[in-house]
Amino acid sequence: MIIATIVLAVSVAAGCAGLIALAARDGRAYAIAAPLLFGALLLWCWEVVCLGFGVPRVLLPAPSGIAQAFVANLPTLWADFVQTVIRAVVPGYLIGCGAGYLTAIALDRSAFLRRGFLPLAGLLGAMPIVGIAPIMVMWFGFDWPSKAAVAAVMTFFPMLINTVAGLSTTGALERDLMRSYGASYWQTLLKLRLPAALPYVFIALKLNFTLALIGAIVAEFFGTPIVGMGFRISTEAARLDLDVVWAEIALAALTGSACFAALALLERAVLFWHPSFQKFALSKP
Amino acid sequence: MLFENVLDVLAPAVLDVRHVGMRYESREVMRDIHFALTAGDFVSIVGPSGCGKTTLLRAMAGLTEPTSGSVRFKDREIREPQSEVAIVFQDYNRALLPWRTVRGNIALALEARRIARSEHPARIADLLRRVGLTRHADHYPAQLSGGLQQRVQIARALAQEPQVLLMDEPFGALDAITRQRLQDELLEIWSATSTTMVFITHDLEEAIYLGNRIIVLEANPGRVAADIRVDLARPRHQLTTREDSRFLAIRHQLFGLLSAE
Repeated sequence: MIIATIVLAVSVAAGCAGLIALAARDGRAYAIAAPLLFGALLLWCWEVVCLGFGVPRVLLPAPSGIAQAFVANLPTLWADFVQTVIRAVVPGYLIGCGAGYLTAIALDRSAFLRRGFLPLAGLLGAMPIVGIAPIMVMWFGFDWPSKAAVAAVMTFFPMLINTVAGLSTTGALERDLMRSYGASYWQTLLKLRLPAALPYVFIALKLNFTLALIGAIVAEFFGTPIVGMGFRISTEAARLDLDVVWAEIALAALTGSACFAALALLERAVLFWHPSFQKFALSKP
Repeated sequence: MLFENVLDVLAPAVLDVRHVGMRYESREVMRDIHFALTAGDFVSIVGPSGCGKTTLLRAMAGLTEPTSGSVRFKDREIREPQSEVAIVFQDYNRALLPWRTVRGNIALALEARRIARSEHPARIADLLRRVGLTRHADHYPAQLSGGLQQRVQIARALAQEPQVLLMDEPFGALDAITRQRLQDELLEIWSATSTTMVFITHDLEEAIYLGNRIIVLEANPGRVAADIRVDLARPRHQLTTREDSRFLAIRHQLFGLLSAE
């Protein structure tokens, strides 16, 4: 116990010193090294606390235990990943985001729809997922379609709201410009307003992936074939096999972060012209 | 004097502003503004802020309809934007599409006119040469200085091959040196084409330096205070023209008109 406390104190001190030393430097190396070091320090302290203070595995397994469970259950995790992420989250995400985007364009076109539908969409956005999930399971069955439906419902509203907001960012001057060309509604939409709305669309794209993932996992608690990340979490938790639960959590976190990072890179490539990315992509000649 | 009026009658009016008035609810922005632009003219419009300069320009562009009177282009009444009338906005930062290169921004005007894609490269190259932007064809607006960005806007307006070019304080946000250079380039473009220029500015010297004619507006509500002929020799010169006694006399006159309020 005493040894654990000392080790903990020393490693926290060393880690902080390292972070402070890194903070003095600028640039890319620091931007990558700082979160890595911070993460490593966190995992290390977690490990020391679990082993040193003898925390029961059921309460909180050590990172090394989770890693072992991860490797040992790799085939199961892969099957769960395919069932939940590939079959349910991805199609649900694409359908939800696509429908939200198209609905936003339709709402933008018609003031009548906007007044009538936007408050209703707000209602949809406020629906609790634990309420939607069992209903979707009733409608679409136990397998992945019901999970994809939950993911679609959850991602629809944020995309709708963000795209509507993005479409309204074009100011009077830009519209005057397009009008002075005699541009049609569709020309103005395609050449001016949709590109201008892209920064908002990307915010929704990035947030929505995590939402879709959470939605699909939670939906599996309400009925599922005997595969899937949510199914595994609920059954293994019931059997007190918490290592596997943590391994699934780690898998979900890794999937979410990887997709977020990929979308952020895509955003940077597409929105190179946006002021917030200019220092990366454009330089003065 | 009489002879001049006769000329005005004989020369064809390309843009005819007829007793234009504008009211937003109880506020009167413009009252009975009346003048005609002859083809190939260079008209400066000056006035204090609040005299409705921008509203007048928007009415001439067909972007807003006046509440009384009318604007006519040749023999038709303008109710919406005409392809023969192009606009250059003051705020070049927002008037250019940031996701398109210089080339792409100029192409926007060609796309709007539905000109065949195969013709774009040659036309764009010609426009770039005319405004001295050939080197910057593939740069994005954010990579360019204010002066260069405003040149892109002028090139894009010229891509419309307009008969009238309306400019709303186009050089207002630029530094003095850049502004003088663009003034001279604009005069060159004007003398190389027969485009009728309407140039709104709050800079009295700029109005005299560029124009053949200056329309002075007064505020509350906006109305024509004076319509002055500028008989200075062309080509104009940044130093000698500005030192000309007639230049100074007009400056005196304008100053008197605008500070009388």
